[in-house]
Amino acid sequence: MSSGSATGLIARRAQAPQRSMFLRMLLRAAVLRRGRAAAALLAMVVAAAATTAMLNLYVDVQTKLHTEFRNYGANVVVVAKDGQPLPSDALQKIESALDGRGMAVPFAYVVARTLDGQPVVVSGTDLEQARKLNSWWSVTAWPSGVQDALLGMRAAALVAPQGQGFDLSFNGRTIHLNPAGTLRTGSAEDSRIYLSRTEFESWTGVQPSTVEIVASGTPEEVNATLQKLALALPDAEVRPIRQIMEGEARVFGKTQSTLLVSALLIILTAALCVLSTLMGWVFDRRRDFAIMKALGASERLIGGFFVTEAAVLGAVGALFGFGIGVAIAAWIGRVNFHAPVVPRFAVLPEVLFGSIAVALIAAILPMFLLRRVQPATILRGE
Amino acid sequence: MFARLVYESFRRQKRRKLLAGAAITLGVGVATAMIAVATDIGDKISRELRTFGANLVVTPQEDSLDLQVAGVDLKPPSDGAYLNEGDLPKIHGMFWHNNIVGFAPVLPVAVNVGGKGVTLLGTYFSKQLNFGKEEFQTGVRLIYPWWKVNGTWPDDNSQDVLLGERLAASLAHKAGDEIELAGQAHRVAGVLSTGGAEDDQVVAPLAVAQSVLGKPGAVRRLYVSAVTKPEDAFARRDPKTLRGPEFDRWYCSPYVQSIAYQLQEAIPHSHAEQIRQIAQNEGTVLARIKGLMLLIMLAALMAAALAVSAAMATAMFERRTEVGLMRALGAGSVSVAAIFFAEALLLAVLGGSAGFAGGAMLARVIGRSIFDSQIAVNVVLFPIVIAIAVLVTFSGSALAIRRAVKVDPVYALRGEA
Repeated sequence: MSSGSATGLIARRAQAPQRSMFLRMLLRAAVLRRGRAAAALLAMVVAAAATTAMLNLYVDVQTKLHTEFRNYGANVVVVAKDGQPLPSDALQKIESALDGRGMAVPFAYVVARTLDGQPVVVSGTDLEQARKLNSWWSVTAWPSGVQDALLGMRAAALVAPQGQGFDLSFNGRTIHLNPAGTLRTGSAEDSRIYLSRTEFESWTGVQPSTVEIVASGTPEEVNATLQKLALALPDAEVRPIRQIMEGEARVFGKTQSTLLVSALLIILTAALCVLSTLMGWVFDRRRDFAIMKALGASERLIGGFFVTEAAVLGAVGALFGFGIGVAIAAWIGRVNFHAPVVPRFAVLPEVLFGSIAVALIAAILPMFLLRRVQPATILRGE
Repeated sequence: MFARLVYESFRRQKRRKLLAGAAITLGVGVATAMIAVATDIGDKISRELRTFGANLVVTPQEDSLDLQVAGVDLKPPSDGAYLNEGDLPKIHGMFWHNNIVGFAPVLPVAVNVGGKGVTLLGTYFSKQLNFGKEEFQTGVRLIYPWWKVNGTWPDDNSQDVLLGERLAASLAHKAGDEIELAGQAHRVAGVLSTGGAEDDQVVAPLAVAQSVLGKPGAVRRLYVSAVTKPEDAFARRDPKTLRGPEFDRWYCSPYVQSIAYQLQEAIPHSHAEQIRQIAQNEGTVLARIKGLMLLIMLAALMAAALAVSAAMATAMFERRTEVGLMRALGAGSVSVAAIFFAEALLLAVLGGSAGFAGGAMLARVIGRSIFDSQIAVNVVLFPIVIAIAVLVTFSGSALAIRRAVKVDPVYALRGEA
């Protein structure tokens, strides 16, 4: 520091109110010990970033995983009671109960006969939606034209072994169909023939008896949807598909617990890292502490100084860390789920208060230890 | 002299060494536990995914079409072919039999209960089977964990049956009642709730359904639940086109396709097919969870590395005067650095070993409490973890040592560095 600026400093100091001394000490401490201050701030930022990323992920991954589980298809099914068709407005009622939070696909079934009298199950449905509902269906080609049918692989072997057109009869009415493609699922669908709903209804006149529903959201939301559906359709049976719901609940629960444990471990490590770094920093400055004390500063002033310093450091670190943490969470979301993780600003106060609290603990603990020590002892370097 | 300096430094500065060592132990412990969890999570979740039920179905080769509408089987009982119950224990002799969680044969028979046509489903509940000298249990209780019984599960060798809950409600029967099936009285052991077609059916031990049908040993279908490896392009290849070592590799990977192939080998005149709803979705869910845990493991490793290097840097900063003293006494910067690096190495190895042991224990606790099974830590990890710990400790101290060595000893000793 040159002497010119020192005289200027004295002049300015004489005029400045006492409050600015406090600010000056804070700023000077940060500027003069850049290295240590930067190291402490870095630790703070890293810890806050790790915490933010984990909190963001923990909340967001849950909804993302539920979305993944929806690939298993329907988790709710609405069935007409005792073989009667569903009321004609059932689908609208279901759609309004779902309120855009899912998808409903109606299925109608009849047992038709081939020309040589073999029985085969024929289903009429909205093929476009069935395709979205059952992403695991392995289909060679989806029907597009009139009289096109989708044949389950076992049904295909029976009715159209060479891929030729075939006739089916139901209640005395015959329809000629062309196989558009074959369907392979490994379940009952393999023995069925699928038609578009309009074609199916003009041939058989049979209305849908089953509606398969994908209700999205958390288990609580799905249960709420179930209740709404049951209220909206008193004449039908609304059943959860327990196979899917319980499997999901179990796998999800295990993943969530693992995630929680990992998050806690990471946050704990980060917090301890900050604690040790900051404590080292404060402890290292026991000479400042001793000089202030020797010059007659009260314990309250010194305490206030270190506490303010720690709080500022914690707050600044938390703000930077929050930004970085949100970015990390978004990156993980994009890499793993191909969908961004929406930043949750609700965790900002938690991260902020947590950081400041850890910083304060780190500042107060060494002060407490140093309080009883005579300044002279510290200044002598002992 | 060198060894003595290092030794005395550990002896006299116990508090500092303990703090730095604790940071390393904690960091390595968290890293080890996270690596173990992330590498094992695929296995664990694969097992958990089995709660979705069977992923393979075995049918007779020359079967006629199923006529199932809304869970009611309309297929005439005389129709179609059957599998032989006597072949089932052979599944236990398959190459991948350890991956088979369980299997359950089914035999649907049309019966009349209380003047109503319903399906009687014969199956294994938890049947004791023998393969050679080995005994094992299998049945729906293993492969369909969501089946719930109000009452008791019937014994597989008894004449007791379960009533589906909707059927029980419409017949006004409860557990302990008797019903008549094909002229014989059967006790209702319990009321079954599955959320599926079985809620409208009578579910009985396989032998009961066989005697009602009059075909001893007959099985219509066999459901198999197997832990599989997610399908890839190689899995989808036709085994007939594979030659020599390629075929061996395909056969010896637990793909759902190769397990289906082996099931066909084990059970004569059968056709095994994956249940795509279960088998295909498994891979996606598994990949997401594995990917997530991998990324979180990386985050944990980074946090641990930063914690360790920050602790080391702090510990080094505190010792500027010591460095100054050594320099003033004529030590070269190389020998000063060597002493500190030796200390760091010792700390890393000691703390790292303790951390590794702690991390392995932590992984075990996590495995026990979340998955009810062990998460074992591979011993191969030990040298890798220690090497990383040493590297991180070195890099954490390096900057601080470099700066301490550069500072003029006079300033360092005056405390002005």
